Amino acid sequence: MKVLVAIKRVVDYSVHVRIRADGSGVETDNVKMSMNPFDEIALEEAIRLKEQGRATEVIAVSIGNTACQETLRSALAMGADRAILVETAHYLEPLAIAKILTALVIQENISLCLLGKQAIDSDDNMVGQMLAGLLDWPQAMFASKIEFTTENRVRVTREVDKGLTTLDLTLPAVISADLRLNQPRYLSLPNIMKARSKPLAVVPLTTLSIDTTPRTTLIKVSAPDKRRTGMRVATAAELVNKLRAAGVLP
Amino acid sequence: MTILIIAEHDNQQLDSVNYRTLTAARELTGDIDVLLVGDVSEMLVTAARQLPHIHRVYCASAAVYAAQLPENTAPLIATLAKSYDYVLMAATTTAKNILPRVAALLDISMLADVVQIVSADTFVRPIYAGNALATIKSHEKIKLLTIRATGFAAAAAASSSVTLAPLETMDTQLTAQRVQFISTENHVSARPSLSAARIVISGGRGLKSAENFKLLEGLADQLGAAIGASRAAVDANFAPNDWQVGQTGKIVAPDLYIAIGISGAIQHLAGMKDSKVIVAINTDPDAPIFSIADFGLVGDFLKILPEFRVALGETEQTQG
Repeated sequence: MKVLVAIKRVVDYSVHVRIRADGSGVETDNVKMSMNPFDEIALEEAIRLKEQGRATEVIAVSIGNTACQETLRSALAMGADRAILVETAHYLEPLAIAKILTALVIQENISLCLLGKQAIDSDDNMVGQMLAGLLDWPQAMFASKIEFTTENRVRVTREVDKGLTTLDLTLPAVISADLRLNQPRYLSLPNIMKARSKPLAVVPLTTLSIDTTPRTTLIKVSAPDKRRTGMRVATAAELVNKLRAAGVLP
Repeated sequence: MTILIIAEHDNQQLDSVNYRTLTAARELTGDIDVLLVGDVSEMLVTAARQLPHIHRVYCASAAVYAAQLPENTAPLIATLAKSYDYVLMAATTTAKNILPRVAALLDISMLADVVQIVSADTFVRPIYAGNALATIKSHEKIKLLTIRATGFAAAAAASSSVTLAPLETMDTQLTAQRVQFISTENHVSARPSLSAARIVISGGRGLKSAENFKLLEGLADQLGAAIGASRAAVDANFAPNDWQVGQTGKIVAPDLYIAIGISGAIQHLAGMKDSKVIVAINTDPDAPIFSIADFGLVGDFLKILPEFRVALGETEQTQG
């Protein structure tokens, strides 16, 4: 079973994002970049499947500019066997990403795609579902538990608004990872060294002949209304009085 | 122009979130149709037909759709969607699961979590955990949108005497291939749902234990409030996953949000910063949550909680 994990390079979760003065987007120059946390969880799960002897190969794929190679090196250091960067300088919509991944899935003869449920920059939460749709594969999104019951059957528990729901999927399938699926491992120095010699293929997007023309235009990026810092109260009784005065408590 | 709303429901009841999607739909111009997909009750069909301002209701009801699996509901929705200019769903986990798959089948680039409709083709959606707002123009023929409930007021329900919208039954029965629904574990509660509650009381890791977290229940019941939790509290098993408020959990905007023992990570603020009034109770006077709170109270919640309940008049209630 070959497993493909999609990896996105994003502004680190701990960074307070700054909006560019011209409203063209969020400042990414000289900002700490990391692997999208949900993708890290997806990758950890794939590596565990390899360690259990279920996966034969874990392929990390990223789509973006040349700096994504650094993120893919981290993926290799975590334990991916090899990496592919589909290189482009342009912003791509989730549908275009899903189309590129579809082409790679077919080319690489993949049985399981693991993705993060959403990227913490665009917050779209779409690529996995779109990929499953394009491939006509079953999907289990927002997974908090993955358990193989046979060679090609997997039981997935999903986190949903009303609680949890469990599905059985027959491979090939697409699964997206939620926060509580696992705790990704830390990179060790020997593994970081070893990752340097693992294969990382760079494929220019233009060689794939996939139409990735955007179907939307970003008009502007703006800051949300800022909340004013309110007041401190000294006691619970004072708090109740203030809340009654504000009309939010009877 | 024509608009299709895919209704959020649990096969029995219409979710109140549909009234917010309806408000968004009314900001667009066109006849509004509603689609019910599932294994739906008569009561639900009637409730959908009673929705105000709608043109007609399509109903695809069959046992194969009971779990609302995207593998068979997405092709069904895609077929119907082709004759509409807009397809809207409330931004729930159901919609997030299904609508992108519909978009892929239609070869359409969709927009998630729309909080504002600027014009017929331009929409605002939050990015970076709500720390930025993107205004996006869609060039697609069919606009597929999930609607974030906190961005739109609920449309007033029609009186029950209103004429029922016409019903069109769809008798398709598509099978979901290579996927089997096993079970669902709903955390039922007598309290209002997080997304519909007027008051939300949320606890964080600062509560220190599941036992302490349980103390929030008395206050919640006293106030008729829903209970939420930070990611840290859910990770620590103080609360179930569906109580999580934040970037990747529920997005809420109640009249009153009381954050207890929550430090205020960006990811949590993303889920509650549009609340009307925010209260923070925390032992750490420097906790980031205080920077967005209307009222901050520094102290130990174990001491504050009983005082708060007394001030609310618990004493009179128990005696009376």
